[in-house]
Amino acid sequence: MGMTITQKILAKHTGRSFVEPGELIMVDVDLALANDITGPVSIEEFKKAGADKVFDRSKIALIPDHFAPNKDIKSAELCKNLREFAKEQQIEHYYEVGRMGIEHALLPEQGIVLPGDVVIGADSHTCTYGALGAFSTGVGSTDLAFAMMTGKCWFKVPESMKFIFHGKLNPWVTGKDLILHTIGDIGVDGALYKAMEFTGEALSQLTMDERLTMTNMAIEAGGKNGIMEPDEVTLEYVKNRAKRPYEVFKSDEDASYSEIIDYDATKIGPKIALPHLPENVVDVKEAQGIAIDQVVIGSCTNGRLEDMRMAAKVIKGHKVHPYMRLIVIPATQQVYRDMIKEGITEIFIEAGAVVSTPTCGPCLGGYMGILAKGERALSTTNRNFVGRMGHPESEIYLSNPAVAAASAVTGKITHPEEVARDDI
Amino acid sequence: MIFKGKAWTFKDNIDTDVIIPARYLNTTDPKELAAHCMEDVEPEFSKKVAEGDIIVAGKNFGCGSSREHAPLAIKSSGVSCVVAKSFARIFYRNSINIGLPILECEECVDEVSAGDELEIDTDKGVISNLTTGKTYKAKAFPEFISEIINAGGLLGYAKKVGK
Repeated sequence: MGMTITQKILAKHTGRSFVEPGELIMVDVDLALANDITGPVSIEEFKKAGADKVFDRSKIALIPDHFAPNKDIKSAELCKNLREFAKEQQIEHYYEVGRMGIEHALLPEQGIVLPGDVVIGADSHTCTYGALGAFSTGVGSTDLAFAMMTGKCWFKVPESMKFIFHGKLNPWVTGKDLILHTIGDIGVDGALYKAMEFTGEALSQLTMDERLTMTNMAIEAGGKNGIMEPDEVTLEYVKNRAKRPYEVFKSDEDASYSEIIDYDATKIGPKIALPHLPENVVDVKEAQGIAIDQVVIGSCTNGRLEDMRMAAKVIKGHKVHPYMRLIVIPATQQVYRDMIKEGITEIFIEAGAVVSTPTCGPCLGGYMGILAKGERALSTTNRNFVGRMGHPESEIYLSNPAVAAASAVTGKITHPEEVARDDI
Repeated sequence: MIFKGKAWTFKDNIDTDVIIPARYLNTTDPKELAAHCMEDVEPEFSKKVAEGDIIVAGKNFGCGSSREHAPLAIKSSGVSCVVAKSFARIFYRNSINIGLPILECEECVDEVSAGDELEIDTDKGVISNLTTGKTYKAKAFPEFISEIINAGGLLGYAKKVGK
Protein backbone atom coordinates (compact mmCIF):
# COMPACT_ATOMS: atom_id res chain seq x y z
CA MET A 1 0.00 0.00 0.00
CA GLY A 2 1.18 3.53 -0.73
CA MET A 3 2.05 6.20 1.79
CA THR A 4 0.98 9.81 2.25
CA ILE A 5 3.58 12.56 2.27
CA THR A 6 3.29 12.62 6.08
CA GLN A 7 3.99 8.89 6.36
CA LYS A 8 6.93 9.15 3.96
CA ILE A 9 8.64 11.93 5.88
CA LEU A 10 8.12 10.13 9.20
CA ALA A 11 9.37 6.81 7.74
CA LYS A 12 12.49 8.48 6.38
CA HIS A 13 13.25 10.05 9.77
CA THR A 14 12.79 6.72 11.52
CA GLY A 15 15.20 4.99 9.17
CA ARG A 16 12.47 2.77 7.74
CA SER A 17 10.86 2.28 4.37
CA PHE A 18 7.29 2.12 5.66
CA VAL A 19 5.29 3.32 8.66
CA GLU A 20 1.58 2.93 9.13
CA PRO A 21 -1.01 5.09 10.86
CA GLY A 22 -1.41 4.24 14.53
CA GLU A 23 2.18 3.06 14.97
CA LEU A 24 4.22 4.66 17.76
CA ILE A 25 7.65 5.66 16.50
CA MET A 26 10.75 7.53 17.67
CA VAL A 27 11.66 10.12 15.05
CA ASP A 28 14.86 12.11 14.35
CA VAL A 29 14.12 15.82 14.23
CA ASP A 30 15.78 18.31 11.90
CA LEU A 31 14.87 21.28 14.02
CA ALA A 32 13.57 21.80 17.56
CA LEU A 33 12.12 25.22 18.30
CA ALA A 34 11.13 27.15 21.42
CA ASN A 35 10.25 30.74 22.31
CA ASP A 36 10.47 33.03 25.32
CA ILE A 37 7.41 31.47 26.98
CA THR A 38 7.98 27.77 26.35
CA GLY A 39 11.80 27.85 26.16
CA PRO A 40 12.47 28.62 29.82
CA VAL A 41 10.28 25.66 30.90
CA SER A 42 12.23 23.41 28.49
CA ILE A 43 15.56 24.70 29.75
CA GLU A 44 14.49 24.01 33.34
CA GLU A 45 13.50 20.43 32.42
CA PHE A 46 16.71 19.99 30.40
CA LYS A 47 18.79 20.96 33.42
CA LYS A 48 16.66 18.97 35.88
CA ALA A 49 17.27 15.88 33.78
CA GLY A 50 21.00 16.39 34.28
CA ALA A 51 21.75 17.23 30.65
CA ASP A 52 24.60 19.62 29.99
CA LYS A 53 24.86 19.80 26.22
CA VAL A 54 22.28 19.97 23.45
CA PHE A 55 22.40 17.17 20.88
CA ASP A 56 23.28 19.52 17.99
CA ARG A 57 23.56 23.28 18.30
CA SER A 58 22.70 23.77 14.61
CA LYS A 59 19.35 21.98 14.94
CA ILE A 60 17.82 24.13 17.65
CA ALA A 61 16.09 27.49 17.23
CA LEU A 62 15.36 29.76 20.19
CA ILE A 63 13.35 32.85 19.37
CA PRO A 64 12.17 35.49 21.82
CA ASP A 65 9.02 36.70 20.05
CA HIS A 66 5.96 36.36 22.30
CA PHE A 67 6.59 38.96 24.99
CA ALA A 68 9.64 40.51 23.27
CA PRO A 69 10.73 43.29 23.15
CA ASN A 70 10.28 42.62 26.87
CA LYS A 71 6.86 43.71 28.02
CA ASP A 72 7.58 43.69 31.76
CA ILE A 73 10.20 42.60 34.29
CA LYS A 74 9.03 39.00 34.43
CA SER A 75 9.12 38.70 30.62
CA ALA A 76 12.57 40.27 30.65
CA GLU A 77 13.67 37.47 32.98
CA LEU A 78 12.26 34.83 30.62
CA CYS A 79 14.03 36.38 27.63
CA LYS A 80 17.24 36.63 29.63
CA ASN A 81 16.97 32.97 30.55
CA LEU A 82 16.55 32.05 26.86
CA ARG A 83 19.45 34.29 25.80
CA GLU A 84 21.81 32.91 28.45
CA PHE A 85 21.05 29.33 27.46
CA ALA A 86 21.53 30.19 23.78
CA LYS A 87 24.91 31.74 24.61
CA GLU A 88 25.99 28.90 26.87
CA GLN A 89 25.03 26.23 24.30
CA GLN A 90 26.18 28.29 21.29
CA ILE A 91 22.76 27.79 19.69
CA GLU A 92 23.10 28.64 16.00
CA HIS A 93 19.55 29.86 15.40
CA TYR A 94 19.05 32.37 18.17
CA TYR A 95 17.58 35.67 17.01
CA GLU A 96 17.87 38.76 19.18
CA VAL A 97 15.35 41.60 19.17
CA GLY A 98 16.15 43.73 16.13
CA ARG A 99 16.91 40.63 14.07
CA MET A 100 14.12 38.38 15.24
CA GLY A 101 10.70 37.85 13.82
CA ILE A 102 7.67 35.81 14.79
CA GLU A 103 9.11 32.30 14.76
CA HIS A 104 6.79 30.75 12.17
CA ALA A 105 7.33 33.58 9.72
CA LEU A 106 11.06 33.85 10.38
CA LEU A 107 12.14 30.22 9.97
CA PRO A 108 10.69 29.65 6.47
CA GLU A 109 11.82 33.12 5.36
CA GLN A 110 15.39 32.42 6.44
CA GLY A 111 15.45 28.94 4.90
CA ILE A 112 15.95 27.28 8.31
CA VAL A 113 13.05 24.88 7.68
CA LEU A 114 12.87 23.07 4.35
CA PRO A 115 10.81 20.53 2.41
CA GLY A 116 11.02 17.01 3.81
CA ASP A 117 12.09 18.14 7.30
CA VAL A 118 10.70 16.95 10.61
CA VAL A 119 10.30 20.03 12.77
CA ILE A 120 8.96 20.17 16.31
CA GLY A 121 8.36 23.32 18.26
CA ALA A 122 7.12 24.18 21.71
CA ASP A 123 4.47 26.34 20.10
CA SER A 124 1.22 25.04 18.70
CA HIS A 125 1.56 26.92 15.40
CA THR A 126 4.69 24.98 14.51
CA CYS A 127 2.38 23.19 12.07
CA THR A 128 2.96 26.20 9.76
CA TYR A 129 5.96 24.68 7.95
CA GLY A 130 3.82 21.98 6.38
CA ALA A 131 3.22 24.43 3.53
CA LEU A 132 6.81 23.73 2.50
CA GLY A 133 6.19 19.98 2.38
CA ALA A 134 7.69 19.37 5.81
CA PHE A 135 6.22 17.42 8.73
CA SER A 136 5.99 19.95 11.53
CA THR A 137 3.99 19.99 14.70
CA GLY A 138 3.66 21.61 18.08
CA VAL A 139 4.76 19.87 21.26
CA GLY A 140 5.18 20.87 24.89
CA SER A 141 8.23 22.06 26.76
CA THR A 142 9.13 18.62 28.15
CA ASP A 143 8.99 17.09 24.66
CA LEU A 144 11.25 19.88 23.53
CA ALA A 145 13.70 19.30 26.40
CA PHE A 146 13.82 15.63 25.41
CA ALA A 147 14.51 16.63 21.79
CA MET A 148 17.24 19.08 22.82
CA MET A 149 18.90 16.20 24.70
CA THR A 150 18.39 13.38 22.23
CA GLY A 151 17.45 14.86 18.85
CA LYS A 152 14.33 12.71 18.94
CA CYS A 153 10.61 12.91 19.54
CA TRP A 154 7.96 10.19 19.82
CA PHE A 155 4.91 10.23 17.60
CA LYS A 156 1.89 8.19 16.76
CA VAL A 157 1.85 8.09 12.95
CA PRO A 158 -1.30 10.03 12.12
CA GLU A 159 -4.04 9.07 9.73
CA SER A 160 -4.39 11.65 6.98
CA MET A 161 -7.40 13.63 5.85
CA LYS A 162 -7.26 15.07 2.35
CA PHE A 163 -8.82 18.43 1.51
CA ILE A 164 -9.14 19.19 -2.20
CA PHE A 165 -9.90 22.76 -3.26
CA HIS A 166 -11.32 22.79 -6.79
CA GLY A 167 -11.69 25.73 -9.11
CA LYS A 168 -10.43 29.28 -9.01
CA LEU A 169 -10.54 31.71 -6.11
CA ASN A 170 -13.00 34.58 -5.97
CA PRO A 171 -11.75 38.16 -5.57
CA TRP A 172 -10.64 39.00 -2.00
CA VAL A 173 -10.48 35.31 -1.09
CA THR A 174 -7.16 34.19 0.39
CA GLY A 175 -5.58 31.16 2.02
CA LYS A 176 -7.02 32.47 5.30
CA ASP A 177 -10.55 32.15 3.94
CA LEU A 178 -9.94 28.62 2.69
CA ILE A 179 -8.66 27.47 6.06
CA LEU A 180 -11.43 29.28 7.98
CA HIS A 181 -13.94 27.62 5.64
CA THR A 182 -12.36 24.24 6.40
CA ILE A 183 -12.39 24.76 10.18
CA GLY A 184 -15.97 26.02 9.96
CA ASP A 185 -16.89 22.85 8.13
CA ILE A 186 -15.13 20.20 10.23
CA GLY A 187 -15.02 21.98 13.61
CA VAL A 188 -12.24 22.71 16.10
CA ASP A 189 -11.66 19.00 16.70
CA GLY A 190 -12.57 17.84 13.20
CA ALA A 191 -9.01 16.73 12.47
CA LEU A 192 -8.02 15.73 16.01
CA TYR A 193 -4.73 13.76 15.98
CA LYS A 194 -4.75 13.69 12.17
CA ALA A 195 -2.63 15.03 9.33
CA MET A 196 -4.47 17.56 7.17
CA GLU A 197 -3.23 17.32 3.60
CA PHE A 198 -4.28 20.23 1.38
CA THR A 199 -4.31 20.03 -2.38
CA GLY A 200 -6.21 21.08 -5.51
CA GLU A 201 -6.25 23.61 -8.32
CA ALA A 202 -7.17 26.55 -6.07
CA LEU A 203 -4.13 25.89 -3.91
CA SER A 204 -1.68 26.07 -6.77
CA GLN A 205 -2.81 29.68 -7.31
CA LEU A 206 -1.76 30.64 -3.79
CA THR A 207 1.53 32.35 -2.96
CA MET A 208 3.79 30.75 -0.38
CA ASP A 209 2.68 33.35 2.17
CA GLU A 210 -0.96 32.33 1.78
CA ARG A 211 -0.12 28.64 1.93
CA LEU A 212 1.75 29.18 5.19
CA THR A 213 -1.40 30.85 6.55
CA MET A 214 -3.39 27.71 5.78
CA THR A 215 -1.09 25.15 7.38
CA ASN A 216 -0.58 27.56 10.30
CA MET A 217 -4.20 27.05 11.31
CA ALA A 218 -4.32 23.24 11.02
CA ILE A 219 -4.06 23.18 14.83
CA GLU A 220 -7.30 25.17 14.99
CA ALA A 221 -9.07 22.07 13.66
CA GLY A 222 -7.16 19.89 16.15
CA GLY A 223 -4.80 18.62 13.43
CA LYS A 224 -1.41 17.16 14.23
CA ASN A 225 0.06 18.73 11.12
CA GLY A 226 -1.04 20.52 7.98
CA ILE A 227 0.85 19.64 4.85
CA MET A 228 1.07 20.38 1.13
CA GLU A 229 3.13 18.72 -1.57
CA PRO A 230 5.85 21.02 -2.86
CA ASP A 231 5.28 22.43 -6.37
CA GLU A 232 7.06 25.06 -8.51
CA VAL A 233 5.92 27.85 -6.18
CA THR A 234 7.44 26.03 -3.20
CA LEU A 235 10.70 25.26 -4.96
CA GLU A 236 11.03 28.81 -6.22
CA TYR A 237 10.53 30.06 -2.64
CA VAL A 238 13.09 27.65 -1.23
CA LYS A 239 15.68 28.00 -4.01
CA ASN A 240 17.61 30.99 -2.76
CA ARG A 241 16.95 30.41 0.92
CA ALA A 242 18.11 26.84 1.51
CA LYS A 243 21.62 26.48 2.83
CA ARG A 244 21.51 22.69 3.08
CA PRO A 245 20.09 19.85 0.98
CA TYR A 246 16.42 18.97 1.24
CA GLU A 247 14.10 16.32 -0.11
CA VAL A 248 10.75 16.63 -1.85
CA PHE A 249 8.15 14.04 -0.87
CA LYS A 250 4.77 13.45 -2.51
CA SER A 251 1.87 11.22 -1.56
CA ASP A 252 1.47 7.97 -3.50
CA GLU A 253 -1.54 7.56 -5.76
CA ASP A 254 -2.72 4.63 -3.65
CA ALA A 255 -2.07 6.26 -0.27
CA SER A 256 -4.93 5.82 2.13
CA TYR A 257 -6.93 8.62 3.75
CA SER A 258 -9.40 8.45 6.63
CA GLU A 259 -11.48 11.00 4.73
CA ILE A 260 -11.34 12.96 1.47
CA ILE A 261 -13.22 16.26 1.46
CA ASP A 262 -13.84 18.25 -1.72
CA TYR A 263 -14.45 22.00 -1.67
CA ASP A 264 -15.53 24.17 -4.57
CA ALA A 265 -13.37 27.29 -4.22
CA THR A 266 -15.63 29.21 -6.59
CA LYS A 267 -18.32 29.07 -3.89
CA ILE A 268 -16.10 30.37 -1.10
CA GLY A 269 -16.12 34.09 -0.24
CA PRO A 270 -14.19 36.07 2.38
CA LYS A 271 -14.92 34.66 5.83
CA ILE A 272 -15.21 35.77 9.43
CA ALA A 273 -14.86 33.58 12.52
CA LEU A 274 -17.19 34.88 15.21
CA PRO A 275 -16.36 34.67 18.93
CA HIS A 276 -15.35 32.46 20.72
CA LEU A 277 -14.16 29.59 18.53
CA PRO A 278 -12.42 29.54 15.15
CA GLU A 279 -15.13 27.15 13.92
CA ASN A 280 -17.86 29.83 14.16
CA VAL A 281 -17.29 30.77 10.54
CA VAL A 282 -19.69 32.84 8.43
CA ASP A 283 -19.42 34.83 5.19
CA VAL A 284 -18.28 38.42 5.70
CA LYS A 285 -21.65 39.53 4.38
CA GLU A 286 -23.41 37.82 7.29
CA ALA A 287 -21.27 39.66 9.83
CA GLN A 288 -21.32 42.96 7.98
CA GLY A 289 -21.97 45.98 10.17
CA ILE A 290 -20.76 44.60 13.50
CA ALA A 291 -19.00 47.54 15.21
CA ILE A 292 -15.30 47.05 15.95
CA ASP A 293 -12.95 48.94 18.31
CA GLN A 294 -9.59 47.60 17.18
CA VAL A 295 -8.08 45.91 14.14
CA VAL A 296 -4.87 43.92 14.28
CA ILE A 297 -3.01 42.97 11.11
CA GLY A 298 -0.09 40.67 11.83
CA SER A 299 0.89 37.42 13.62
CA CYS A 300 2.35 34.10 12.48
CA THR A 301 -0.88 33.64 10.55
CA ASN A 302 -1.05 36.86 8.52
CA GLY A 303 1.99 39.03 9.17
CA ARG A 304 3.89 38.31 5.96
CA LEU A 305 4.60 40.62 3.04
CA GLU A 306 1.68 39.46 0.87
CA ASP A 307 -0.66 40.12 3.80
CA MET A 308 0.71 43.63 4.21
CA ARG A 309 0.49 44.33 0.49
CA MET A 310 -3.13 43.24 0.42
CA ALA A 311 -4.12 45.31 3.47
CA ALA A 312 -2.26 48.35 2.12
CA LYS A 313 -4.02 48.03 -1.21
CA VAL A 314 -7.38 48.27 0.53
CA ILE A 315 -6.51 51.09 2.89
CA LYS A 316 -4.55 53.26 0.45
CA GLY A 317 -6.05 56.73 0.27
CA HIS A 318 -8.38 56.12 3.23
CA LYS A 319 -8.24 57.10 6.86
CA VAL A 320 -8.70 54.77 9.80
CA HIS A 321 -12.08 55.38 11.45
CA PRO A 322 -11.76 58.12 14.13
CA TYR A 323 -12.34 55.85 17.16
CA MET A 324 -10.61 52.80 15.74
CA ARG A 325 -7.10 51.58 16.58
CA LEU A 326 -5.42 49.89 13.63
CA ILE A 327 -2.33 48.01 14.79
CA VAL A 328 -0.07 46.66 12.06
CA ILE A 329 2.67 44.22 13.05
CA PRO A 330 5.05 42.94 10.37
CA ALA A 331 6.04 39.40 11.33
CA THR A 332 9.77 39.75 10.65
CA GLN A 333 12.45 42.41 10.21
CA GLN A 334 12.61 41.47 6.53
CA VAL A 335 8.87 42.10 6.12
CA TYR A 336 9.33 45.39 7.99
CA ARG A 337 12.09 46.50 5.63
CA ASP A 338 10.25 45.38 2.51
CA MET A 339 7.19 47.32 3.68
CA ILE A 340 9.28 50.45 3.96
CA LYS A 341 10.88 49.87 0.54
CA GLU A 342 7.53 49.30 -1.14
CA GLY A 343 5.91 52.32 0.49
CA ILE A 344 3.47 50.15 2.45
CA THR A 345 4.50 51.53 5.83
CA GLU A 346 3.85 55.04 4.55
CA ILE A 347 0.34 54.03 3.42
CA PHE A 348 -0.50 52.65 6.87
CA ILE A 349 0.93 55.61 8.76
CA GLU A 350 -0.76 58.06 6.42
CA ALA A 351 -4.05 56.27 7.12
CA GLY A 352 -3.56 56.65 10.88
CA ALA A 353 -2.35 53.18 11.83
CA VAL A 354 0.40 52.24 14.24
CA VAL A 355 3.16 50.07 12.78
CA SER A 356 5.05 48.01 15.36
CA THR A 357 8.26 46.03 15.48
CA PRO A 358 7.73 42.25 15.07
CA THR A 359 6.14 40.55 18.10
CA CYS A 360 3.34 38.08 18.85
CA GLY A 361 2.14 40.75 21.31
CA PRO A 362 -1.62 41.22 21.12
CA CYS A 363 -2.48 37.90 19.44
CA LEU A 364 -2.27 36.11 22.77
CA GLY A 365 -3.14 39.10 24.94
CA GLY A 366 0.49 39.84 25.78
CA TYR A 367 0.71 43.56 25.04
CA MET A 368 0.55 46.09 22.17
CA GLY A 369 -3.21 46.13 21.95
CA ILE A 370 -5.03 44.57 24.91
CA LEU A 371 -8.82 44.78 24.86
CA ALA A 372 -10.95 46.38 27.59
CA LYS A 373 -14.17 44.87 28.90
CA GLY A 374 -16.80 44.80 26.19
CA GLU A 375 -14.45 45.78 23.36
CA ARG A 376 -14.36 44.02 20.01
CA ALA A 377 -11.37 43.34 17.81
CA LEU A 378 -11.18 42.14 14.25
CA SER A 379 -7.88 40.39 13.88
CA THR A 380 -5.93 38.51 11.23
CA THR A 381 -4.64 36.18 13.96
CA ASN A 382 -5.66 32.57 14.57
CA ARG A 383 -7.68 32.25 17.77
CA ASN A 384 -10.72 34.00 19.15
CA PHE A 385 -11.02 32.19 22.47
CA VAL A 386 -12.53 33.86 25.54
CA GLY A 387 -10.07 36.41 26.94
CA ARG A 388 -7.41 35.65 24.33
CA MET A 389 -6.67 39.33 23.60
CA GLY A 390 -7.55 40.84 26.92
CA HIS A 391 -10.59 41.13 29.16
CA PRO A 392 -12.63 37.90 29.43
CA GLU A 393 -15.66 39.91 28.31
CA SER A 394 -14.01 41.22 25.16
CA GLU A 395 -14.62 39.67 21.74
CA ILE A 396 -12.40 38.65 18.84
CA TYR A 397 -13.42 38.20 15.20
CA LEU A 398 -10.96 36.61 12.76
CA SER A 399 -10.53 37.49 9.09
CA ASN A 400 -8.10 37.91 6.23
CA PRO A 401 -5.99 41.12 5.96
CA ALA A 402 -8.20 42.75 3.28
CA VAL A 403 -11.35 42.42 5.37
CA ALA A 404 -9.43 43.68 8.41
CA ALA A 405 -8.16 46.74 6.53
CA ALA A 406 -11.59 47.58 5.11
CA SER A 407 -13.14 47.28 8.56
CA ALA A 408 -10.50 49.58 10.05
CA VAL A 409 -11.70 52.29 7.66
CA THR A 410 -15.41 51.94 8.37
CA GLY A 411 -15.26 50.97 12.04
CA LYS A 412 -17.42 47.92 11.40
CA ILE A 413 -17.02 44.56 9.69
CA THR A 414 -16.87 45.38 6.00
CA HIS A 415 -16.30 43.54 2.73
CA PRO A 416 -13.14 44.91 1.06
CA GLU A 417 -14.95 45.53 -2.23
CA GLU A 418 -16.81 48.36 -0.50
CA VAL A 419 -13.64 50.20 0.42
CA ALA A 420 -10.89 49.30 -2.04
CA ARG A 421 -10.46 51.54 -5.03
CA ASP A 422 -8.96 48.77 -7.20
CA ASP A 423 -9.90 45.14 -7.41
CA ILE A 424 -7.23 42.53 -6.73
CA MET B 1 -2.73 5.19 41.94
CA ILE B 2 -6.13 5.83 43.47
CA PHE B 3 -7.49 9.37 43.60
CA LYS B 4 -10.61 10.61 45.33
CA GLY B 5 -12.21 14.00 45.01
CA LYS B 6 -15.07 16.23 44.03
CA ALA B 7 -15.95 16.71 40.34
CA TRP B 8 -15.57 20.12 38.69
CA THR B 9 -17.49 20.01 35.43
CA PHE B 10 -16.65 21.92 32.26
CA LYS B 11 -18.09 22.03 28.75
CA ASP B 12 -16.58 21.04 25.37
CA ASN B 13 -13.50 22.76 23.88
CA ILE B 14 -12.01 24.16 27.07
CA ASP B 15 -8.95 25.88 25.59
CA THR B 16 -5.54 26.58 27.05
CA ASP B 17 -6.22 30.33 27.13
CA VAL B 18 -9.01 29.57 29.58
CA ILE B 19 -7.00 27.03 31.57
CA ILE B 20 -4.22 29.58 32.03
CA PRO B 21 -4.58 32.95 30.28
CA ALA B 22 -1.45 34.13 28.44
CA ARG B 23 -1.38 37.31 30.52
CA TYR B 24 0.01 35.13 33.32
CA LEU B 25 2.59 33.33 31.20
CA ASN B 26 5.34 35.72 32.18
CA THR B 27 6.19 33.25 34.94
CA THR B 28 7.01 29.55 35.05
CA ASP B 29 6.21 29.21 38.77
CA PRO B 30 3.54 26.47 39.09
CA LYS B 31 2.05 28.03 42.25
CA GLU B 32 1.56 31.40 40.54
CA LEU B 33 0.05 29.69 37.51
CA ALA B 34 -2.31 27.68 39.72
CA ALA B 35 -3.62 30.89 41.29
CA HIS B 36 -5.13 31.84 37.89
CA CYS B 37 -6.17 28.41 36.67
CA MET B 38 -9.60 28.46 34.94
CA GLU B 39 -10.31 31.99 36.19
CA ASP B 40 -11.93 33.24 32.97
CA VAL B 41 -14.66 30.58 33.10
CA GLU B 42 -14.77 29.77 36.83
CA PRO B 43 -13.40 32.81 38.70
CA GLU B 44 -13.48 31.10 42.10
CA PHE B 45 -11.83 27.88 40.91
CA SER B 46 -8.38 28.38 42.41
CA LYS B 47 -9.81 29.42 45.77
CA LYS B 48 -12.36 26.64 46.06
CA VAL B 49 -10.60 23.66 44.48
CA ALA B 50 -9.50 21.10 47.09
CA GLU B 51 -6.51 18.76 46.99
CA GLY B 52 -7.52 15.66 45.03
CA ASP B 53 -10.47 17.22 43.16
CA ILE B 54 -11.12 16.03 39.64
CA ILE B 55 -11.83 18.01 36.47
CA VAL B 56 -14.49 16.42 34.27
CA ALA B 57 -14.93 18.00 30.84
CA GLY B 58 -16.40 17.50 27.38
CA LYS B 59 -14.57 16.91 24.15
CA ASN B 60 -11.30 18.48 22.93
CA PHE B 61 -10.13 19.53 26.42
CA GLY B 62 -6.95 21.64 26.27
CA CYS B 63 -7.27 22.79 22.68
CA GLY B 64 -5.21 25.73 21.47
CA SER B 65 -1.73 26.58 22.60
CA SER B 66 1.13 24.17 23.36
CA ARG B 67 1.79 25.82 26.71
CA GLU B 68 2.82 23.19 29.23
CA HIS B 69 1.83 25.82 31.77
CA ALA B 70 -1.76 24.56 31.29
CA PRO B 71 -1.37 21.03 32.74
CA LEU B 72 1.17 22.48 35.21
CA ALA B 73 -1.40 24.99 36.47
CA ILE B 74 -4.02 22.26 36.82
CA LYS B 75 -1.64 19.89 38.61
CA SER B 76 -0.35 22.58 40.91
CA SER B 77 -3.89 23.70 41.82
CA GLY B 78 -4.32 20.36 43.58
CA VAL B 79 -6.40 18.64 40.88
CA SER B 80 -5.51 14.95 40.89
CA CYS B 81 -6.92 13.85 37.53
CA VAL B 82 -8.69 15.12 34.42
CA VAL B 83 -11.45 13.05 32.82
CA ALA B 84 -12.72 14.22 29.42
CA LYS B 85 -14.53 12.92 26.36
CA SER B 86 -11.38 13.68 24.38
CA PHE B 87 -8.19 15.70 24.71
CA ALA B 88 -6.44 18.01 22.25
CA ARG B 89 -3.23 16.28 21.25
CA ILE B 90 -0.58 18.65 22.60
CA PHE B 91 -2.38 18.87 25.95
CA TYR B 92 -2.55 15.07 26.00
CA ARG B 93 1.23 14.76 25.40
CA ASN B 94 2.03 17.47 27.92
CA SER B 95 -0.07 15.87 30.65
CA ILE B 96 1.56 12.48 30.13
CA ASN B 97 4.99 14.10 30.00
CA ILE B 98 4.61 15.99 33.28
CA GLY B 99 2.73 13.23 35.08
CA LEU B 100 -0.80 14.66 35.28
CA PRO B 101 -3.15 11.66 35.06
CA ILE B 102 -5.76 12.03 32.32
CA LEU B 103 -8.50 9.65 31.26
CA GLU B 104 -10.95 9.52 28.37
CA CYS B 105 -14.47 8.33 29.15
CA GLU B 106 -17.54 9.69 27.35
CA GLU B 107 -20.14 7.95 29.48
CA CYS B 108 -18.74 9.14 32.79
CA VAL B 109 -18.69 12.73 31.50
CA ASP B 110 -22.29 12.51 30.27
CA GLU B 111 -23.56 11.23 33.60
CA VAL B 112 -21.57 13.27 36.11
CA SER B 113 -22.85 16.32 37.99
CA ALA B 114 -20.75 19.09 39.45
CA GLY B 115 -19.78 18.21 43.02
CA ASP B 116 -20.18 14.42 42.63
CA GLU B 117 -17.66 12.43 44.64
CA LEU B 118 -15.43 10.41 42.29
CA GLU B 119 -12.85 7.73 42.89
CA ILE B 120 -10.39 6.91 40.13
CA ASP B 121 -8.01 3.98 39.87
CA THR B 122 -5.60 5.14 37.18
CA ASP B 123 -3.81 1.77 36.92
CA LYS B 124 -7.02 -0.06 36.13
CA GLY B 125 -8.63 2.89 34.36
CA VAL B 126 -11.72 2.56 36.52
CA ILE B 127 -13.80 5.61 37.46
CA SER B 128 -16.38 5.25 40.23
CA ASN B 129 -18.98 7.92 40.82
CA LEU B 130 -19.54 7.43 44.56
CA THR B 131 -22.49 9.84 44.54
CA THR B 132 -24.47 7.93 41.90
CA GLY B 133 -22.95 4.51 42.57
CA LYS B 134 -22.01 4.03 38.91
CA THR B 135 -18.71 2.66 37.65
CA TYR B 136 -17.03 3.35 34.31
CA LYS B 137 -14.08 2.02 32.37
CA ALA B 138 -11.80 4.60 30.77
CA LYS B 139 -10.02 4.05 27.45
CA ALA B 140 -6.74 2.17 28.05
CA PHE B 141 -3.39 3.82 27.31
CA PRO B 142 -1.11 2.31 24.65
CA GLU B 143 1.75 0.37 26.29
CA PHE B 144 4.39 2.93 25.33
CA ILE B 145 2.41 5.73 26.99
CA SER B 146 1.99 3.59 30.13
CA GLU B 147 5.77 3.18 30.22
CA ILE B 148 6.23 6.96 30.18
CA ILE B 149 3.62 7.36 32.91
CA ASN B 150 5.23 4.65 35.04
CA ALA B 151 8.64 6.30 34.64
CA GLY B 152 7.13 9.50 36.11
CA GLY B 153 7.05 11.39 32.81
CA LEU B 154 9.07 11.67 29.61
CA LEU B 155 12.39 12.67 31.13
CA GLY B 156 12.17 9.88 33.70
CA TYR B 157 11.55 7.56 30.76
CA ALA B 158 14.55 9.05 28.93
CA LYS B 159 16.77 8.22 31.90
CA LYS B 160 15.35 4.72 32.15
CA VAL B 161 16.02 3.84 28.52
CA GLY B 162 19.41 5.54 28.70
CA LYS B 163 18.76 8.14 26.08
